[in-house]
Amino acid sequence: MTVTANLGARLGEAVGAEHVVCTPEELATYAIDGVVPGAIVRPVSAEGAIEAVRFAGAERLGLVPLGSRSKCEMGITPSRYDIALDMTGLREVAHYDPGDMTLSVDAGMPLRELEIFLKRYGQFLPLAVPCFESTTAGGSIASGIDSSLRMQYGGARDFLIGAEFVDGTGQLCRSGGRVVKNVTGYDLHKLLIGSLGTLGAITRVNFRTFPLAAISGGHVAGFVNCEGAITYRKSVEKAGLTLANLEMLSPETSRMIHAILQREELSVPALEGKNWLVYGSYEGSEAIVKRMSGDLEKIAKAAGASDGETLKPAADESLGGMLREAYEWMRWGAPATVISRLALPEVTAEILTKLSRLAESEGLRGAVLSRAMGIVYLAAFAEEESETALAALARVATGAKTLAVAKNGHATLLHAPTEMKTQLARAAVSGIDVAFQQRVKLAFDPSAIFAPGRVVGGL
Amino acid sequence: MNPHRAPMNPALTREMKSLLGAANVLDQTEDLMLYEYDGSVEKARPDLVVFPHTTEEVARSVKAAARHGVPVVGRGAGTGLSGGALARGGGVMIVFARMNRILELDKENCRAVVQPGVVNLDLTRAVEDAGLFFAPDPSSAKSCTIGGNVAENAGGPHTLAYGVTSTHVAALELVLPDGEIVRVGSRHGDAPGYDLCGLFVGSEGTLALVTEITVKLSRKAEAVKTLLAIFETIDDASQAVVEITARGITPAACEMLDGWTLQVVEDYIHAGFPRNSGAVLLIEVEGLREAVEGQAAAIAEVCRSRRAREVRLAKDERERDLLWKGRKNAFGALGRLSPSNYVLDGVIPRSKLPQALQRIRGIGEHFGFSIGNIFHAGDGNLHPIVLYDPRNEAQFKNAMAASQEIIRACVELGGALTGEHGVGMEKNELMTLLFSEADFALMRRVHDAMNPDSSLNPGKIFPLSKGCGEIRIKKKTEDAKA
Repeated sequence: MTVTANLGARLGEAVGAEHVVCTPEELATYAIDGVVPGAIVRPVSAEGAIEAVRFAGAERLGLVPLGSRSKCEMGITPSRYDIALDMTGLREVAHYDPGDMTLSVDAGMPLRELEIFLKRYGQFLPLAVPCFESTTAGGSIASGIDSSLRMQYGGARDFLIGAEFVDGTGQLCRSGGRVVKNVTGYDLHKLLIGSLGTLGAITRVNFRTFPLAAISGGHVAGFVNCEGAITYRKSVEKAGLTLANLEMLSPETSRMIHAILQREELSVPALEGKNWLVYGSYEGSEAIVKRMSGDLEKIAKAAGASDGETLKPAADESLGGMLREAYEWMRWGAPATVISRLALPEVTAEILTKLSRLAESEGLRGAVLSRAMGIVYLAAFAEEESETALAALARVATGAKTLAVAKNGHATLLHAPTEMKTQLARAAVSGIDVAFQQRVKLAFDPSAIFAPGRVVGGL
Repeated sequence: MNPHRAPMNPALTREMKSLLGAANVLDQTEDLMLYEYDGSVEKARPDLVVFPHTTEEVARSVKAAARHGVPVVGRGAGTGLSGGALARGGGVMIVFARMNRILELDKENCRAVVQPGVVNLDLTRAVEDAGLFFAPDPSSAKSCTIGGNVAENAGGPHTLAYGVTSTHVAALELVLPDGEIVRVGSRHGDAPGYDLCGLFVGSEGTLALVTEITVKLSRKAEAVKTLLAIFETIDDASQAVVEITARGITPAACEMLDGWTLQVVEDYIHAGFPRNSGAVLLIEVEGLREAVEGQAAAIAEVCRSRRAREVRLAKDERERDLLWKGRKNAFGALGRLSPSNYVLDGVIPRSKLPQALQRIRGIGEHFGFSIGNIFHAGDGNLHPIVLYDPRNEAQFKNAMAASQEIIRACVELGGALTGEHGVGMEKNELMTLLFSEADFALMRRVHDAMNPDSSLNPGKIFPLSKGCGEIRIKKKTEDAKA
């Protein structure tokens, strides 16, 4: 008898049979990199999650907490995956005080629903992350993926003010609170950001919310080369303009977005050219939006832009949405794709040009998206899944990592064909003190039941 | 109560002098007495004070202390308000005052690498020519160190818009209690693995000593407007704050001073504050010219709708500086009224401001104290000030009891124990008001993962007693060495 024999029945006794699913069809939809769990638990309360974690702890099973599973492929394949703990049944707004601009929400609440809820009060959560239609509040925190509005609003670390989660001992723990300024105790909730479910099962997250702007706008400037685009972006940064985002698109990135928008009968003419583009978006009153648009136009001209335009509201919304969803459409951009996310102390034309050429030199299409705050996405696309093509993709990912490290940054592999991912990710352990990080992991999860091995370094 | 006290070993003193040079070690009682205080009401004397110049010297000092089984506490300028930099367990105090070099300025990418002893304001002075500044701006910015800011996750008036210290820290170099040197975070602020920077910032020196900090610099806004709104009552002023927040206006700073405090401050600073008001709001908006115009107008409208007697706009930089000087020196001004004052730090949901101020007033009346209020109203961070005479034991006890009631009220209103001063040895016994046994068990495991023997800054953050949680009420000399 294996340790997981009769898992469903035993789990049912522990958490209630109505919360356990074991049909092969359903289990298959919870696979991570091809690894299928033995059972799915769908709690509808924190207590249900606690019971599932205690069960896993007692039986020394591997448990992976999950939201909508939109970004499951981020991270390394779990070394043990017996139970999928589906948190989407916890989806209430636990506390919201519009006047205080703080929100406490269950981990399984989809961000889209939350957006609709907050909009009624003229507020929003600036967590503009990919797979927005399905992703949950807890899942987006655990994934740690960057928000496209980070330039103006910061990352989750800046507005996640507290959390509740089940730790590896099966206890419900709380960190932070529901106030916007708080230094009481250790900020353990910040460790959950990007932890990929390895530290605990998040049951609730507390956020600071923000007012929705009256109107917003977007501007696109085109440059014949990467150097011009970088010069422009630096000038904009130094001008001290308050931009929601400021992103650079390589010609291939623009082409791909254009093609997708066209399929949906949407059009952003600026994307049709073969230039490097810089997209800036901004929000506020009518006077601010007008001023920003005018200033960007002037700075773009001074930086030698070949063209520039203030986008119409529909086009701006389309392009902004596509940039938020970059990870999503990049990964489906070809039969075989790798996406590397680089974090760099300084983004230069030399780096972006080299990244573009990495794919090109392997005979592959390559798309570069340079976000604000030193984040760069490189996607390489192979039109077939042959061994040769996969080897070429692997060389692009390795090249991106080598370049990032040489420039005192690092690269994370966000997406790759499964076999390649595990191999590349294992090789990617650099710039991280694994033994030191392991101390944190074991403090949260002494028996290492949570998503074992999902974080770089085998944490 | 001195749970971790170990007698100082003369051999350790000799070893430290050999490691760091005699000029960098203090072991005489009259010298050590200077380090038994910080900005809090607490007192605890170290047995030895050392001044390393480099990370390696810190690591060697920590190893030496560990070999002798002596606790270690780090200290910046000693301006902290919760006893975080006091040697509660005696032992070796590592003072970072001589590790005060700015190691690197990368103005192009808005980064600076500093040693922990760099004074907060000195960093801004070093980069302001490029239109940059270091955003955390505690009232002690002229003297507090960035290492101390990191340890306490310090705030300040302008962190309402810019965020507290953790928002501005990208990477840290740390010395662990066994002397190991580790680095967490990354220069770009997006390190692989867990966000350990987020954990260490604000850990009050209980997990590691910070020996190098990579900070993010902010860009100065093109326009600033400073408003002074004068109210007849503190209730009107707090209602105005609630409405400003509810309307989604986020000023760069929104400070409140009550009428009683204003009189004292004005007598001392002559900043132009009214002497006969109920309260004033000092509000600053920053950003694009167009944004600032709109926000200032909206704030003025809210204040007037809440019966502000006058809304004044600072005419120029001089007037603005004067108003801020009044705010930042307000605590000092109160020193003219009483031998000592106790600056509390509690935080509440912003919408509960009127209720909180009413509760504080009631508590003051009950215990027979005049309690002043100078605080960061925009983020609900209260700083009630209790004036007392520490020589009068009954008054001291009452002051502590009143303070405890105020913090309890903050928690009951949905708030927390501290918004920016830290827990330290001031509120560790109150932590049970907020956290469960499970919360403590996890925090303790995280603590022990870094500081297994509690040799680093012992007796802080975690409650020492099993009781219901009280601010320690003690004689002033308890805990300190006789």
